[in-house]
Amino acid sequence: MLALSGFVQLILAFALAPMLLSIINRTKAAFAGRHGPPWLLPYHELWKLLHKGAVYSRTATAVFVAGPIVGLAATGLALSFIPVGGCPALVSFPGDFLLVAYLLGLARFLTVSAALDTGSSFEGMGASREVLFSTLAEPALLLSLITLAAASPGASLSAIYAGIDSAVLASGAGPALFLVMAALLVVLLSENARIPIDDPATHLELTMIHEVMVLDHGGPDLALIHYASSLKLWLFGALLVGVALPLRSGFFLLDLLGGIAGLALVAVIVGLVESVMARLRLVRVPQLLVAASVLSVVALVLVMR
Amino acid sequence: MAEWLDAILVLVILTNLWLLGSSRLRACIQAAALQGILLGLIPLLATWPAITARLAGVAAASIVVKAIVLPAMLRRAAREANVVYEVQPLVGFTTSLLLGIVLWGLATHIAGRLPVAMLHVAPLLIPVAIFTILCGFLVIASRNTAVMQVIGYLALENGIYIFGWAFAIEDPLLVEMGVLLDVFVAVFVMGIMIYRLSREFDTIETDEFTSLKE
Repeated sequence: MLALSGFVQLILAFALAPMLLSIINRTKAAFAGRHGPPWLLPYHELWKLLHKGAVYSRTATAVFVAGPIVGLAATGLALSFIPVGGCPALVSFPGDFLLVAYLLGLARFLTVSAALDTGSSFEGMGASREVLFSTLAEPALLLSLITLAAASPGASLSAIYAGIDSAVLASGAGPALFLVMAALLVVLLSENARIPIDDPATHLELTMIHEVMVLDHGGPDLALIHYASSLKLWLFGALLVGVALPLRSGFFLLDLLGGIAGLALVAVIVGLVESVMARLRLVRVPQLLVAASVLSVVALVLVMR
Repeated sequence: MAEWLDAILVLVILTNLWLLGSSRLRACIQAAALQGILLGLIPLLATWPAITARLAGVAAASIVVKAIVLPAMLRRAAREANVVYEVQPLVGFTTSLLLGIVLWGLATHIAGRLPVAMLHVAPLLIPVAIFTILCGFLVIASRNTAVMQVIGYLALENGIYIFGWAFAIEDPLLVEMGVLLDVFVAVFVMGIMIYRLSREFDTIETDEFTSLKE
């Protein structure tokens, strides 16, 4: 049953992750009074890109080709540790959240290396910003997860999130969980290159962070990158939903559906944030990320006290 | 009500961090005002269903003074002195936030060692009081603008006020003395402020602007 529930979750994640992007776009369109793109557009786009050829620069090496592949593989692997709606994930062992953080780090390392491999100065700039911001976001993520591990009896992601239910909320950890939620939301926005940290729709290389690193990728490579980034959104969304909606019914399907509804809600919130906020100035972004880390430390002290 | 008290105290922590991390004077004044409201709610929540008229009066007075009167005075002072931002603090805003974590750890450590465990108060009350006092100190020591220093002083005083509640809930006389002290502090704060402002900002004179223009 456990393995089966993990499989179902993982398959749903692989199938539905691009849908989150659709929800974000539709939310933004509704906010701006437009009709918005069709729901299945992200899938069509992936299909279209997969059937194109790829052009490689003569200066690029195997690192450039490996970037998108390793990125997708590492993100997909990390996803198999992530429980949705408190149902156990496919794989879990004590301390697995460290592995998840480092798998994401590996994906980022290869993406950055591929960007540097092109020799383009814009991509170098994007790579440097990406590394700076993710360096600041990583403590916030790890400290949040450690706080959750301290608040709940478990030590693996599945056990931690299964342990966060209304009983934990009633035991006085409520305010701490709220702080963790805020920190995880900032990490989600930062890691997925969303407003207010980065603008996914920008067309100016000078101000881009994530998008500029993949400028030279085309065709199937770009499809892999887009798909990996939607999986990443799913991953961070699931981490956030597990804290924000700690309602457990005990029935596998009901919990899973609740978790997926929560993910859709997270996508709507991201869309709302993008509609009402402007991008932060680049110099202010580190401050926001440090603030997220500070929140998670405060939460950790509250829980451990 | 204990959960609500905890939530209020966590919000006090957040307002302190907000004070440490924001460069906009208006935002800092708002943080101080919010802190005043939260402070007024603490005695009500700490003694929940048994609220006496005297306690409610004290809470209302403290909210009026700390959340309305003092912030209005500060806002006016900032407007008249023509300062919008704390431009160059001695300690940067990100560093201040990181120092805030250190202070929070220190506060919980000190609170754990203080022999006040026998008092029947919320366990968070003492650490938050110490943290607020320390944050006030940090703001006073690390900011250049007089208005920011006054805000830091207010935070420091708020911390002492929270600390007082840990002891004073059983003794209303002490509470009223605390309120009296607050009024004194308000006068004192304005005294310092006017002194500092007249000393620090006499270079921002309209005369100077016209001479620049000519």
